[in-house]
Amino acid sequence: MTEKKELVYTKPELKLGYGWGHCPGCHHPIVEKLVCEVLEEMDLAGRAVGVAGVGCSFGFFASINIDGANCAHGAAPAVATGIKHALYGKPLVFTIQGDGDCAAIGGGYVLNAAARGEKITIIMVNNANYGTTGGQLAPTTIMGQVTSTTPHGRNAGQGYPIHLPELLVGMQGVAFTARAAPFTPAGYLRAKSYLKTAFQRQLGEAGLTFVELLSACPPNWHMTPLEAIQWMEDKMLPEYPEGIFKDSGGEQ
Amino acid sequence: MPERILVQGNESIGWGAISAGCRHFFGYPITPQNEITDFFARELPEIGGVFVQSESEAASAAMLYGAAAAGVRVITSTSGAGWGLMQEGMSQLANAELPCVIVNMQRGGPGQGTTRHAQMDYLSATRGGGQGGYKTIVLTPASVQECHDLVQLAFHLADKYRNPVVVLGDGILGQMAEPLERSTIEFDPLPEKYWTIRGMGERDAETHNFISCGQGGVIPVLPYTSYGAFLQRLEEKYQAMSADEVRYEIYRIEDARLLMVAYGSTARVCQEAVDMARAEGISTGLLRPISLWPFPTDVIRQKAASGTEFLVVEDSLGQLVDDVRYAVEGKSQVHFLGILDRHLPTDGGMILPNRVLDEIKKVS
Ligand SMILES: Cc1ncc(C[n+]2csc(CCOP(=O)(O)OP(=O)(O)O)c2C)c(N)n1
Ligand code: SF4
Ligand SMILES: [Mg+2]
Repeated sequence: MTEKKELVYTKPELKLGYGWGHCPGCHHPIVEKLVCEVLEEMDLAGRAVGVAGVGCSFGFFASINIDGANCAHGAAPAVATGIKHALYGKPLVFTIQGDGDCAAIGGGYVLNAAARGEKITIIMVNNANYGTTGGQLAPTTIMGQVTSTTPHGRNAGQGYPIHLPELLVGMQGVAFTARAAPFTPAGYLRAKSYLKTAFQRQLGEAGLTFVELLSACPPNWHMTPLEAIQWMEDKMLPEYPEGIFKDSGGEQ
Repeated sequence: MPERILVQGNESIGWGAISAGCRHFFGYPITPQNEITDFFARELPEIGGVFVQSESEAASAAMLYGAAAAGVRVITSTSGAGWGLMQEGMSQLANAELPCVIVNMQRGGPGQGTTRHAQMDYLSATRGGGQGGYKTIVLTPASVQECHDLVQLAFHLADKYRNPVVVLGDGILGQMAEPLERSTIEFDPLPEKYWTIRGMGERDAETHNFISCGQGGVIPVLPYTSYGAFLQRLEEKYQAMSADEVRYEIYRIEDARLLMVAYGSTARVCQEAVDMARAEGISTGLLRPISLWPFPTDVIRQKAASGTEFLVVEDSLGQLVDDVRYAVEGKSQVHFLGILDRHLPTDGGMILPNRVLDEIKKVS
């Protein structure tokens, strides 16, 4: 008797046949998958050029079948600017950056790309710490959170969490900002819909678009993958609520 | 015959880029090269090009990185503190093997230093000022015409080797005006840019291209099979540049017992000093490196072996002189005239021809 098998789940076509080694329970692969799905569903793979920052997304475009690069720590918005202008606005250009990459060393690049109204999409993966270097304080680290450089928990002396989607709202060059937590099915669908809108606004030349995605980093949080998800629900979501903070609608 | 126009060296840099087919400039203002930034802002939009004023020189380098990765000819220019800020980005460009042209119209340093001319970035330009020991060809013009011509050569060599190329000028050269004949120089055919990231559809490709500035860990670094293979490729490239891209000019050196070595605007001063000395019957000449890296080591070594002495003149505390000493290998005398020998101790002071002549007389 032959068993009838139905394919119910597979990796996106754009995802190439190898990973590049994330820790168990890391959410970076979720981000990879949702970016691939959005590009496939919008039929944009042939038009897309991606730029990864330095951090645990450094190899993002090594294992996805779209043109892409990585670059200096924090510089992705400026690199994306170079690509977009070199090709006279033709491609869909987006970045994948960690929270440290995007909000600390790259904060000035984000702000100025936003001020210039660059038609690019910035995707910031917020895991509330520097994953790659072993879990140090990031600008997104939550008050009280223990990191290797805040061994007693982040206190006011070490500043306060940064909320880029909210912060960018007041900038005229920014068309769309949102935040989603793609670790639940509902959050995953929200993240996809936000990213789609961001890409649409970019292609409509409405301005810079920014999507923050919450992401777990279990080893550096010293948690199991399940504990990490619980911590995100308890601590991260109250600090970093999901939602759209700005949507200029269509074109500029 | 091409039309002759009277322009400054800074503007000539701009015309050189346009003659080379470059239509993209990203840069940040700094004296004494502001006329370059202004030139591109004015001229590029007129011919369908793109000018973007970056938020810093670090950003300029990153924008070059993106534009070069997309496959277009791209240029930036800077000076002083901006040059310092650009070093990290240049190292990334070298690692990712992205061709582009970076102009440094040198001013006085260190730090904020002065806004006026100097030649104090020789070492950081010729030694790979950023991290990791990369190398870039460094071309150095000594006239307004040469600003235009060497920028074109710089673009050609950048594409030939898939590597950034530096054009090292100085504040005097940037500010002085001379006639310029604009024309596009013909070079040998270049390899096809098969590696660009423009979108697979735009390239008619089924598989992606990936530009990376790092090779560690588990990230594939195609086409290289390992970090070692990547370094091997860099080494071969640097060897080829060293072997094939040495350029220099000689002026009245036939019977010279004393040879001056100088570049850029200082070479112009020395040329005048040579004529003054010869008028007085002193047999001296000038060797002017056009490529500072690779350096014309061999010709200097040969001259040293046959007893020629050297007088290095540069507007710094002594940087180029190290390369001359290395070439000479102690086989003859190397004299030095530097920034402390300017006619005034101010930022506007200059090493003048009569001062060089005095030194020639002193050492010959
Ligand atoms: C100029 C520079 N400084 C420091 C580093 C070291 N470094 C690599 S990744 C990183 C932090 C990354 O944190 P984040 O952006 O949050 O990404 P994550 O690893 O959490 O995904 C740092 C500091 C570097 N590569 N370059
Ligand atoms: S360190 Fe954190 S962010 Fe990096 S791969 Fe591991 S879990 Fe993911
Ligand atoms: Mg992080």
